[in-house]
Amino acid sequence: MSYVLTDHVKDEIEHWKSRFPEGRQRSAVISALHAVQHENHGYLTAEQMNAVAEYLDLPTIQVYEVATFYSMFQTREVGRNEVAICTNVSCMLRGADDIVDHVEQKLGTKLGQSTEDGRVFLKQEEECIAACCGAPVMMVNHKYYENLTKEQVDEILDGLD
Amino acid sequence: MAYEQNLVCFNTFGSDESWTLATYEKHGGYESWRKILAGDLNPGQIIDEVKASGLRGRGGAGFPTGLKWSFMPRDAKVQKYLVCNSDESEPGTCHDREVLRYNPHALVEGMAIAAYAMGATVAYNYIRGEFMDEPVPRFEAAVKEAYDAGLLGHDIQGSGIDFDLHTFVGAGAYICGEETALLESLEGKQGRPRFKPPFPAGFGLYGKPTTINNTQSLASVPSIIRNGAAWFAGLGPEGSGGTALFSVSGHVEKPGNYELPMGIPFKDLLDDICGGMLGGRKLKAVIPGGSSCKVLPAEIIMDCTMDYNSLQQAGSSFGTGAVMVMDETTCMVKVLRRISRFYMAESCGQCTPCREGTGWLYRMLSRIIDGKGEEADLQKLVDVANKIEGHTICALGDAAAWPVQSFLKHFHHEFEYMVRNNGRSIVDNATQVAA
Repeated sequence: MSYVLTDHVKDEIEHWKSRFPEGRQRSAVISALHAVQHENHGYLTAEQMNAVAEYLDLPTIQVYEVATFYSMFQTREVGRNEVAICTNVSCMLRGADDIVDHVEQKLGTKLGQSTEDGRVFLKQEEECIAACCGAPVMMVNHKYYENLTKEQVDEILDGLD
Repeated sequence: MAYEQNLVCFNTFGSDESWTLATYEKHGGYESWRKILAGDLNPGQIIDEVKASGLRGRGGAGFPTGLKWSFMPRDAKVQKYLVCNSDESEPGTCHDREVLRYNPHALVEGMAIAAYAMGATVAYNYIRGEFMDEPVPRFEAAVKEAYDAGLLGHDIQGSGIDFDLHTFVGAGAYICGEETALLESLEGKQGRPRFKPPFPAGFGLYGKPTTINNTQSLASVPSIIRNGAAWFAGLGPEGSGGTALFSVSGHVEKPGNYELPMGIPFKDLLDDICGGMLGGRKLKAVIPGGSSCKVLPAEIIMDCTMDYNSLQQAGSSFGTGAVMVMDETTCMVKVLRRISRFYMAESCGQCTPCREGTGWLYRMLSRIIDGKGEEADLQKLVDVANKIEGHTICALGDAAAWPVQSFLKHFHHEFEYMVRNNGRSIVDNATQVAA
């Protein structure tokens, strides 16, 4: 099955390509993958990666190797809302492990897995996301939530569609 | 003692809409750049001024910024690049995010000045992907405002100076904070550090002369040019000019990002600025500059001042100014395991000592916590760390080794206790266990 890039994604890729010198379109791979992943509700398929490679005139391996290297790209099917809880030292010192336990219990899933209804992807243990003074911190669909309490976590998770 | 805050990178903080051009200009913003556009300052003068200011790279290495700039070829008729490293990822560090969100014009102006000084007409700001929701749009809005005001672009205000500034957004990889890995990533590849030499000043982005500077370093430049090198140098002690952005996290009453003069005594930072220890508990240890720095026990850090020389003499380093504070309830074995997990997860995998060694460290520490450790493991941990240190292309290997060496040096008894008590932590008797 082949995948056709939407006009929105093509515009997005062109917008990024224009920032780099002629012939350096490979620099737009990361932005292109962000754009297609967003359209696919949080993960990349091989067909999408192939389409990006074809559009940028690159060997497919140059797209695959980027998609698998960076932690913000998912190359298997995951839930549509991404929840990432930082557990690095600053957050750990302020109770991140309790937040993880609470979320795992509430969602009935484990770190790195998605809920059965496909609503939430609880990302594998997240590394420092640079909001350490507001620890504990989590990122939900790229938005930061700081100084978390279990009550706030409940409210945020309950509000996801 | 009272300390004056927010003198350089945070100088618009406290104003309404601190991130706008109008606010920035009220605080002296773009005065330095306009002086350059008017032809009142040449590149050599700017580099000399930055050298004399004592500004050192705030990304962690502390390399003198002006000296780094002087490595760029002067007369080469090739495209040269400036790249800003906003891939803020060192655990504990979160102040560049504040510059991007609340004073982005300081960075735009700093990049313009730096690029002009080095003869670079194009610059990229590499911002970590996780910042896409708020810091990226804030920075991009500032860039647009600057273009619209005629401060960036081609032949800017008839000066003959060209300068284009672009944002680049990453996708999650600590290693991309290493400057040559960042360049690889900017070229659309995996973030794997390059073997050096050649250094980026000779062979950088797309093989062209390139200088990479940290966000805070560049955002400090406009104030240095505006107020003079002597003013900036005089804010801190010998060898540590200026202010620094401290990200204080962990067990303090008021965690936060604070811009303070270099050389502030640690105890003043803790008690006067951060409101003391959380819940009045006792200080056990501090990692003074992000998780790659060596840990210092309370009795040593309490006598330190927060600058390059003092922390180096104490056996650690200034790093990124990310001060991670741990109280008496903290289990040092568990903290070290968390740190080791980080380096294992973030190793790019191209050097065997780092790729394999970071995993060994994490698994040995997990074995100890699981109650299956042996006394010989403690020496083995240090041996593995020593075999990673200095044997890799980039500093990630060293950064993985230093915490292990220093935790075992200063808190050996906690590891020994756990091994002898089948995984029980020495802090388990404390009323409240934080980690």
